[in-house]
Amino acid sequence: MQATIVEAVNDALHGEMERDDRVVVFGEDVAESGGVFRATDDLLEEFGSERVVDTPLSEIAIVGGAAGMAMYGYRPVAEIQFSGFLPPAFDQLVTNASRIRWRTRGELNAPMVVRMPYGAGVRALEHHSESLEGAYGHIPGLQVVVPSTPADTKGLLTAAIRDPDPVLFMEPKRIYRSIREEVPEGDHEVPIGEAAVRREGEDLTVVAWGAMMPPTLEAVDEGGVDADVIDLRTVSPMDTETIVESVKKTGRCVVVHEGPRTLGVGSEIVARINDEALMYLESPVERVTGFDTPVPLLSMEDFYFPHPPRILDGIEAALAE
Amino acid sequence: MSDRASDIRASPATGDDGGGEVRYLSQSDLEVPTHQIVAPDGSYDEEAIPDLEEEELLDLYRWMVTDRVFSRRMVNIQRRGELGTFGSTRGQEASIIGSAFTLSPEDWLYVGRAWTPMFMRGASMEDMILFWRGIEEGQEAFAKVNAQIAISIGSHLPLVSGIAWGMRLDDADAIATAYLGDGATSTGAAHEGINLASSVGLPALFYCQNNQYAISMPYEKQSGANTIAQKALAYGIDAIRVDGQDVLAVYDAVSSARERVLDGEPVFVESVTYRLDAHTTSDDPTRYRSDEEVDHWESHDPIERYREFLKSEGLWSEIDHDAVVEEIEAEFDEALAAANAMEERAVSEMFEYLYDELPPELARQLAEFEELLERRPEMYDFIEQRPKG
Repeated sequence: MQATIVEAVNDALHGEMERDDRVVVFGEDVAESGGVFRATDDLLEEFGSERVVDTPLSEIAIVGGAAGMAMYGYRPVAEIQFSGFLPPAFDQLVTNASRIRWRTRGELNAPMVVRMPYGAGVRALEHHSESLEGAYGHIPGLQVVVPSTPADTKGLLTAAIRDPDPVLFMEPKRIYRSIREEVPEGDHEVPIGEAAVRREGEDLTVVAWGAMMPPTLEAVDEGGVDADVIDLRTVSPMDTETIVESVKKTGRCVVVHEGPRTLGVGSEIVARINDEALMYLESPVERVTGFDTPVPLLSMEDFYFPHPPRILDGIEAALAE
Repeated sequence: MSDRASDIRASPATGDDGGGEVRYLSQSDLEVPTHQIVAPDGSYDEEAIPDLEEEELLDLYRWMVTDRVFSRRMVNIQRRGELGTFGSTRGQEASIIGSAFTLSPEDWLYVGRAWTPMFMRGASMEDMILFWRGIEEGQEAFAKVNAQIAISIGSHLPLVSGIAWGMRLDDADAIATAYLGDGATSTGAAHEGINLASSVGLPALFYCQNNQYAISMPYEKQSGANTIAQKALAYGIDAIRVDGQDVLAVYDAVSSARERVLDGEPVFVESVTYRLDAHTTSDDPTRYRSDEEVDHWESHDPIERYREFLKSEGLWSEIDHDAVVEEIEAEFDEALAAANAMEERAVSEMFEYLYDELPPELARQLAEFEELLERRPEMYDFIEQRPKG
């Protein structure tokens, strides 16, 4: 079937709720209104008010409640309406969800998913545009997944719901509806922790994920660059091998991400290349990223995140030396 | 939940006759009763005694003594350097035992400052010693009896609501219980956890032991609310305030609360008690409270009060107090010996339990570190596991 990313989210939720009656969906405005982006549309009608629940405006309770429900044996899929509202619940991720298995030596675990739209570029108010996957990826025990295509969205969300450990599922809302492609019908799982190679080339490696994939591919295609383009798909645990093998082949690398540069996921990628492929490098690894500022309010947000010309500039810098 | 009762969900406010005056809703107009059965002088109304078998009445005493002896022994071994730290429960025995005595094995229990409930559910003193020695087998053992200890104050209330939510979905004949302290009621997580339970209608019991201090912070500075119990009203749930030095009143209050909670109606209980010892063995309470105050609470010893009750009921003769203590001491000695048999563990333990499957980067970090430990045995000059405290 043809679907957008947000439709693929909906399709995965339908499929998993159908398959496993322990899957429960809750969050703010997810039931009756079907979610502010309609990601949970029709679930209430199909699965009823015990399994599709509107919660109070209460991020700590949504994330902590999901952890408790998961400990008890259910498979909650909680929605945080915008990623900018997750920080109040950071404590529940750090203190509880991510370490229930570790703390009890596997006696308990927390098979839960927290889904949330993230990223800039939709002309929203403050706190609606963050890309803090680096911060969340820093939490031991928490898996962080960021799909960029409809098919991957379905496959990765399905895998996340089936995973025995917590997953933070960050949905690129700027491209929620801008890509429509073939999405496999029925059961479709894409493994967490495996990157995808979107273009194969010889001259350099470009690593990106989520909403940065379309501008990255545009820069590569329009610039006529002969590059390996890697869609990371999972920020944590990271598929180091795919990156390192590509860099060994190309000798040059650009990392593109939307979040702030300092201590960002790009820093970790550079470090891993440094660990395992330093002697293959012909030029320093370039980072094309958001700035170390808050995401500007909507009037200036277009300055903030990488667009094709800036990405191409980074690529040319990596190719120049 | 989401089934609409009528097509109009929200209506404009209807005024009532205030004669044009601005009227305040005020806590000073609230009457908050405190449930008590046995008065501090040992007197009680025969009619008010909860319906418990003689053996159960004696068990309440044995468990309270267990709690006291366990705390004393733990403080002692900590002073001997055999334990990292410990939080004594002396003074709170009635509050802890009276409440936990109402719970069933299927109930879930997430506690702060209440250790004997774990023993009442079948975990051992050895498990508790391991916990306080910073050994994960402790929480593993508690998990096996549907229980956990919360360290980060207040953070467990949303978890308890989540567990209760699972129970509701299962239509389980059980409740989820959070033990919290007075300090926890100031956290955002406590607020959101209780509100979730109320709004969804979850079988969660919030049992607050107001032991008057959050480390050094007295309750009067913790909150402007006259009582903690009254806070429940803002969530639309009922509360009970109970004399936490009166084990029968606590039992009575919490068993009543548990019945309501089983029907999907969350209840909040404030137990008014006192932490006679330090917050933990690292704390010096003389810096923030007077001897006079502590002496005053010593004279409200919950075990003494219950002993007076047992004497009045003619049950005291059924108890050989010294033999009870001896038995508990022996149990502790055995537990300590068993805990001391714990050997140092491999470093891989640190990595193994984080995920169902060890991710490649973590496997790499472990392998590198194991190789380093082998290559540089002098590393062990800096590593002391202290499995025996």
